[in-house]
Order: sequence, then C-alpha cells, then structure tokens
Amino acid sequence: MANTQDIRRRIKSVSNTAQITNAMQLVAASKMKKAQDFATSGRPFAEVLNSVLVNLKANTEEEAHPLLEEREGNKTLVVVITTDKGLCGGLNTNLLRKVDNEGDDQTAYVTVGRKGRQALARLKKNLIADFEVSDPAEFAEAKLVAKFAMDKFLEGEYDRVQVAFTKFVSTLSQEPAIETLLPIRSIDLGVDKGSLVAEAESVSVEADKTEDVGGDDYIFEPDPASVLDSVVPYYVNFEIFQMMQESRASEHSARMVAMKSATDNANDMIKDLKLEYNKIRQAAITTELLDITTAMKALD
Amino acid sequence: MAFLLEIVTPEKRIFSDEVEGVVIPGSEGELGVLEGHAPLVTNLQPGELRYSKGGEEETLVIGKGAVEVTRGKVSILTDLAVTSDEIDEAAVEEALKRAEDALAEKMSDEEIATVEASIQKSLAQLTFKRKRRKQI
Repeated sequence: MANTQDIRRRIKSVSNTAQITNAMQLVAASKMKKAQDFATSGRPFAEVLNSVLVNLKANTEEEAHPLLEEREGNKTLVVVITTDKGLCGGLNTNLLRKVDNEGDDQTAYVTVGRKGRQALARLKKNLIADFEVSDPAEFAEAKLVAKFAMDKFLEGEYDRVQVAFTKFVSTLSQEPAIETLLPIRSIDLGVDKGSLVAEAESVSVEADKTEDVGGDDYIFEPDPASVLDSVVPYYVNFEIFQMMQESRASEHSARMVAMKSATDNANDMIKDLKLEYNKIRQAAITTELLDITTAMKALD
Repeated sequence: MAFLLEIVTPEKRIFSDEVEGVVIPGSEGELGVLEGHAPLVTNLQPGELRYSKGGEEETLVIGKGAVEVTRGKVSILTDLAVTSDEIDEAAVEEALKRAEDALAEKMSDEEIATVEASIQKSLAQLTFKRKRRKQI
C-alpha cells in the first residue's frame, strides 16, 4: 500500500489536470457555439450553389469552362483540413486514416492545419503545399487555398481535386469525409435527414418536370464564358470556406466533449484517491491508538 | 401560377417561398421572371429585387452574386439581401465613406475590385432607402 504522502501528491497533480481540462472545456464550449453557427448558417448557400453548378454542368458542354472539364487521368490532389491543436479526441486520427486509405502513390496533398501537415510528413506522403488558417476561418484564407487548387487543376497537373474535412453532424458526432471539388460533383454537407428527404423529393419532382420539356440548354446572359468565369471560381472559394468552417465546428465540438470526459475522469480519479487516502490515514490512526493502548496495558 | 423563389446568402436562407413573379437586377439590366421562364443563368448587379406574392409586391436590396432560373425554381445566390427596414442609413453611409477612403490608397487590382463592389452595394442600399422615403 502506498503511503499517504504519495497519494496526497497524486491527488494534487490530478486536480491540477482537472482544472486545466475544465478550463479548456469552457473555452472550447464558447468557441463551439460560434463555430457551429457559422457552419450551419453557411450550409444553405453552399448547397444551393452546389446544386446550381451540378445542374449547369449537366446542361452545358464540357468546353464551356476549363474548370468543368472531366479528365481521364487519375492524379488526385487532396486538400486535407485538420486542426492546428490536439486534444480533440480522435478527430484528426479518423480523418487522416480515411485519407491514407483512399490515397494512392499518385496522390498529392495540400494541408490546411498543423496536425495534418505533421502527420502526412511523418508518413512521407507527397506534400506539395501547406496553408495556415486562423480561428475562426477567414474567407480570404479560403481563397488562397482555392486559388492554389484551381491553378494546379487548370495547369493539368492534377485531374481531380478533393477535399478531406470533418463534417459537423452534432456536438457529439463528427464524421470524416472526402468530397470531390473539381470537376464539379454534387456535395453532401452534413444536413439533418429530414430536410434531406424533403429535398430529394423536390429534386425528383423537378427532374420529372425537366423531362417533360426536354433537356434544353441554359440561356447565359451575357454569354456562358463570362457567367461561368465568375460563378465557378466563386463556387470553389465558397465550398472550401464552408468546409473549413465545418471542420472548425467539428474541432471545437470534439474538443469540448473530449475535455469534458477528461475532467469527469480526473474527478472520478480524485474521488478514488481520496477514499484510499482516508483509508490509509484511518489505518494509521488505528495502529497508533493500538500502540498506545498496548503500551498502557503493559504499564498496568 | 407560382414558382419557388429561393434567396440565400452565406449567412442564411433569406427567403424560400412560392411567388408569382420576380424582377431581378441582372448584369445586363432588369430581368422579369414569370412561371415557365426558360432556364437561364446570369450574374447579379447590386440593386433592387422585387417579387410579388399573393398580389402584394415586396422589395429587397441585393448585392453581387448569381441567379439561376430553372423550370419551377429561381435560385438567387448573393452576398447581401436586406429589406428596407433592415438598412441602417448611417452605417451604410459610413461604409461608403470608408470604401472611398480606401480607394484613395494604392492597392492591387483585386483589392480595388472588392472595394468597388462594396461601394456599389452601399449605393444600392442608399438609393433604395431614399426612394422609399420619398414615396411615404
């Protein structure tokens, strides 16, 4: 059995840890609220934008805009959005595992966030660029990443651009996801199931309607090139920005939950240690009393 | 006859409802859309958007963005969409002044474009607000 001093020391260190994790939990909780608001409020815009472009792509010739081009090749550029700091549960690990599983030798990576950079460098992956993003993410920062990705795509160096990020589902659940950004594909952001079903229904109704009139092409005002020139890059910028915000919301939620369970665990541990400490203390007192009474008995 | 009008900004879904008609400030001039309009895509110019619903006409001020017209649906993607009540004239004037000051300094083309866009937006809001006041 350990002695009282050892246990006292441990109680002290555990309660210090609990204090720190508790403070981190509070900080994460306050950031979480804001980040979640950002992420959820940007979703309708991102979704409508995405559906507009998917529609556009289906109804125009591929040559209408270089960013809409489908290529045969298989070289992929993956933008990996991770956190800068740790202590957020399995968030980064889960995402990086998914990235690692889906990538092959030809895949190149761009990282956003320190954790992703460190991990991919350790795995000796083909890391071509690294971006830093402040918290909360800023649109200008997303633009830089988007510009880099678009340039690489347009130069023909890569045939596909994907983004790996963590979808924010709820405070308790975040889901690693890889979505294709270029060429344009429909992207599923973490929407609640109810509206998803409703939307799917409305889409099928619309599809019926378009079948009736026949697949006629869009009218572009003033002309396809100038409209697509402004819409497509804006789309890429905004989707990347939205994904960064989703990742931020996931990060703070995950950290809040991780820190909460750490605080709870530390408090449980303190309780156990205190119990043991008191037991030892009582045993010591009993032994001492026993000593005194035996000594008295012996003197009588 | 009605169709779905959807107005979204990066902050939120401003409007999503059935309307009978909508007039959109397009980059090539005003654009009236009624039920059964041919599929169309164009850019937006900061200005007034009017839609009629149940016989009543409502007006919003919108910023830059894009509009997509499909059969049965009009999607408007813009960075700003406010009603007359939401425009704070003093704040807009201040924003306008700041933007004009910023233009006086040397900047890259991209920065100038951003500032000019914000000036256009501010002006659209001010014109609308003032016009509204004259009518009353």
